[in-house]
This record gives sequence, structure tokens and C-alpha cells, in this order.
Amino acid sequence: MSARRTRSRRLAADIGLLTVAATFAVPLAWVVLSALDPKADVGMKTPDGITLDNFDAVLTDEITFTPMLNSLLLCGGGTLLTVVSAALAAYPLSRYTSRLNRPFMLTILFATSLPITAIMVPVYALFVRVDLIDTMHGTIFFFAASQLPFAIWLMKNFMDGVPKELEEAAWTDGASPFQSLLRIVLPLMGPGVAVVTVFSFVMMWGNFFVPFMLLLSPDQMPAAVSINDFFGSKGAIVYGQLAAFSLIYSTPVILLYVLVARKLGGGFALGGAVKG
Amino acid sequence: MALFLAGPIGYCAYIAFTDLQLTGQAEESFVGFENFRTAFGDEDFVNAVWLTLVFTFLSSIVGQNTLGLALAALMQRASRTVRTITGAVVVTAWVLPEVVAGFLLYAFFRRDGTLNAVLDFLHLPSQNWLFTLPILAVSFANVWRGTAFSMLVYSAALNEIPKEITEAAEVDGASGWRRMWHITLPMIRRSIGTNLMLNTLQTLSVFGLIWVMTRGGPGNRSQTLPLFMYEQAFQKSMIGYGTAVALLLLLVGSLFSLVYMRLLRTEV
Repeated sequence: MSARRTRSRRLAADIGLLTVAATFAVPLAWVVLSALDPKADVGMKTPDGITLDNFDAVLTDEITFTPMLNSLLLCGGGTLLTVVSAALAAYPLSRYTSRLNRPFMLTILFATSLPITAIMVPVYALFVRVDLIDTMHGTIFFFAASQLPFAIWLMKNFMDGVPKELEEAAWTDGASPFQSLLRIVLPLMGPGVAVVTVFSFVMMWGNFFVPFMLLLSPDQMPAAVSINDFFGSKGAIVYGQLAAFSLIYSTPVILLYVLVARKLGGGFALGGAVKG
Repeated sequence: MALFLAGPIGYCAYIAFTDLQLTGQAEESFVGFENFRTAFGDEDFVNAVWLTLVFTFLSSIVGQNTLGLALAALMQRASRTVRTITGAVVVTAWVLPEVVAGFLLYAFFRRDGTLNAVLDFLHLPSQNWLFTLPILAVSFANVWRGTAFSMLVYSAALNEIPKEITEAAEVDGASGWRRMWHITLPMIRRSIGTNLMLNTLQTLSVFGLIWVMTRGGPGNRSQTLPLFMYEQAFQKSMIGYGTAVALLLLLVGSLFSLVYMRLLRTEV
């Protein structure tokens, strides 16, 4: 194939991709511009001067800090619980062969792909009955439970990659299974644990429906739900402030993603999920 | 996990057969299949099913899947810089929290929003998208948000195809489209299956995005099943009925999930 043909093909591919990228970028560009624009509107326009007033306006306890702290508590707690439980569950699945392994893994896989949205109504009813509604810990438990199937699935696949020989050496030295999990297996699968952690955290951080249903009092609302207040209840929408808040709220997950993607190459969570 | 996932599902199966309501009623009573019968006779329910199908088909099967594959295929040929830029933009849309994405696209589709400004500039007719074609607008939003996943899956799949095979076909004079159709697609068909299945399941349960953009409106013209379920259970306080709808949604999800498991079965 001639070099010229290669080049023209590459050009065509570049143009195609850039067109799509531009389309995808418009809403993103809008939010950045609006956040800096003192007179932001729904349409995209060049800002009338650049200002940080919008950020100033939303950086108050009520609008930003409390919801962000709530989000952090919810997602941090949920993630911690998920990762610890997933590690404990994945370890026997990965290290011991049992007749129950296969059915268990299949059940997990099945649970992984169920639409969580569908069970929210009965979960709500259940939470009312057992008095967990509108509690942080109840919501954290549910977050962890909903994320757990996928976390176990990922965790087991990463754990399978750690050679067994190292552990056997530890066992001869008298380590218990729990010690060898803690001291040998988990450190060796550091990147795997990081992926599970970040992935769980990102999923919970962005989740709107779960806290929307399970939490009622305003002072417990995470950012995912409180952003909703910018719309209806407060009358006219202040677009600049809403945009600024969106940026603040999105920053942690984008940073986490970039961090992990850098370390492990793109599509980090997919290797384990899709290849099975 | 058993308590928090299996519990609700079991409980769900139970209250779907009752007339449990949020207020005013001390005890629920068993009503058998009444809720399901109501559902299938309910115009709004049928409307929601129909919209869910349209939404899933447009955004997941046509949009995310095809666009994801196209992007991945183009990326194989594009220059490094362009590849990085496109990847970053598309993935950012994916990583953003659901509500933020909904809000961004709400602004994009508003009557005085960016899309219409662009259309005006090109002298094309503009309209109030969220009012005239709400389901199309939310479908597009879901494509915007979900394509990155398909793109990553397909990029990984295409990278695994040995170079020799495509080169051999090229030497034999197969054109780009024929190579795609006869060689590439059959070789990544497992990825296609997996991706379609996951996309579909994901799309079935989209709530926040549509909620932020349209609240299911105007009227009920973008009210997919999750939104319908929410409205019945909470705004109309009919938990029993809402749960019956949830159970049906869960059933559809399980069917897809089973197919997905069959696809992966050999590897467990």
C-alpha cells in the first residue's frame, strides 16, 4: 500500500474523529465557559469577561461543603465496606476449589447485571419497615451491597493473577489464611485493589437514584441530589452557579479516573469485566 | 449481600401482589395478579414500555454500540494526537456524574440552548427539542454519556486482532468495508454480544439522566419504565403497583442477564 494512501486514510480518520469529539465537547465547553461567565445563560457564548464570582457564590456551607462532605461520607463508607467485603469474599473463591464456586460466581455475574433501579421501590418499602430510611448507615449498606457483586467479580479475577507459590511459602512459616491475604496477596495485587476501589467510588459518587430515594432530610443530602435543588425549588436557575457547582462536584471523580487510567492504561475497569 | 439484594427482591415479589400504599392504609392485603392486570390494561404503562423500547433501541443498540465501534475502528488509523483528544473528550462525558450529564444536555437542548444556536447559525430550522422530541433528546443524551464504554470495549477487541490477518486480506485486495464485514466483525463478535448486553442493561435502568432533563415530560412523552415506576410508587403512593412494574423491569433485566451469562459461560 502506498504511503500516500495511508496518509489520506489517516487524515480521513482524523477528521471523522475530530468531528465526533467536537460534538461531544460542546456541552463540556459550555459548562466551563458558563462557570466563569458573570452573566451565564443556557446558550453557549463567549463569556462577558472572566470571573470567579460563581464559584464564590456556591462555595458556602449550605450549597457546597455540606453536600460534598455527605457525598464523601456515603461514598467513602460504601467503598470501604465494598472493598473489604469483596476481598474477604474473593479470597476463598480464588484459592480454594469447591463445588460451590461455579454456581456462586454465576450468581454474582447474574446479580452484577441486574438493573438496580428496578429494586429501589421495594428497597424503599423495606427500609421504611426496618427503620433504616433516612439514615446514613442504611444508605451506605445499600451502596455497598449494590456494588458488591461487581467488586467481588473484579477482585477474584485480579486475585487469580497472584501466584499461589508465594503464599504456600508463608503457610509453611505458619501464617494463617487471613494473614497471608493481608500481607501477601493484597499487596501483590495493589493495582487490582486500586481499580476496585476507584471504580466503586466513582459509581457511588455519580449515583443519583439511591440517595434520592433513601435519604429524606436536606442536611444529609449528597451532592448528587442537592444539585437537583438548583432546578425546581429555588425558582429561577442561576446557570453560572449551577455550572460552577457541577464542576466542583465532578472534579474528584475525574481526578481519580485520570490517576488510575495513567497508571494502568485506558479502559482500566474493563479488562476484568468484559473478558470474564 | 443476601440481606440487601436478595431480601428486597424477595420482598419485591411479595408486595407486587399486594395493594400496599404509602399512606392511609394500615394493612396491605393480598390482591393476587391484580397489579399486573392493571398494568397491562393501563395506557400509561403501555406508553412507558413503548418508550423504554424506543429509548433502549435508539440509544443503546443503535447509538452507543455503533458509534462506539465506529470510533474504535477510526482510532486504529488516526494519528496519535487526535486519538488522545477524542478519547479524553468521550471518556470525560462518561465519567461525569449522571446528574451533571443530564444538566449539561438539558442546557444543550433547551429552546435557547446551544443546539438551536448552532442550527440558527447554519440556517436550519430550530425547535424546542425537549418539547417536540423529548425521547430523541434523552436518547441522544444517553449516547453522549454511554458511548465511551463501547468505544473502550471495541478498542480492546480490535487491538487483539492479529495484524497478519488484516494484512493478508489487504494483499488479497479486500476493500475496507469488506474486511470489516468478513473479517473484523466475525472476530470480535463475542465483544459485540457482551457490549450490547451490558449497554442494554445499563440503558434499561437509566433514571437520573431523564429525570433531570425532562422529568418524564412533557406529559408522559419521555416517561420510560423506571420513571413510570417512580411516579406510581411515590407521587401516586401506590407502592404495590409500582413494585409490580419494578418486578416486570427486573424480569426483563434478568432475561438479558441470562443471555449475557451464556455468552461468558465458557470462561467462568
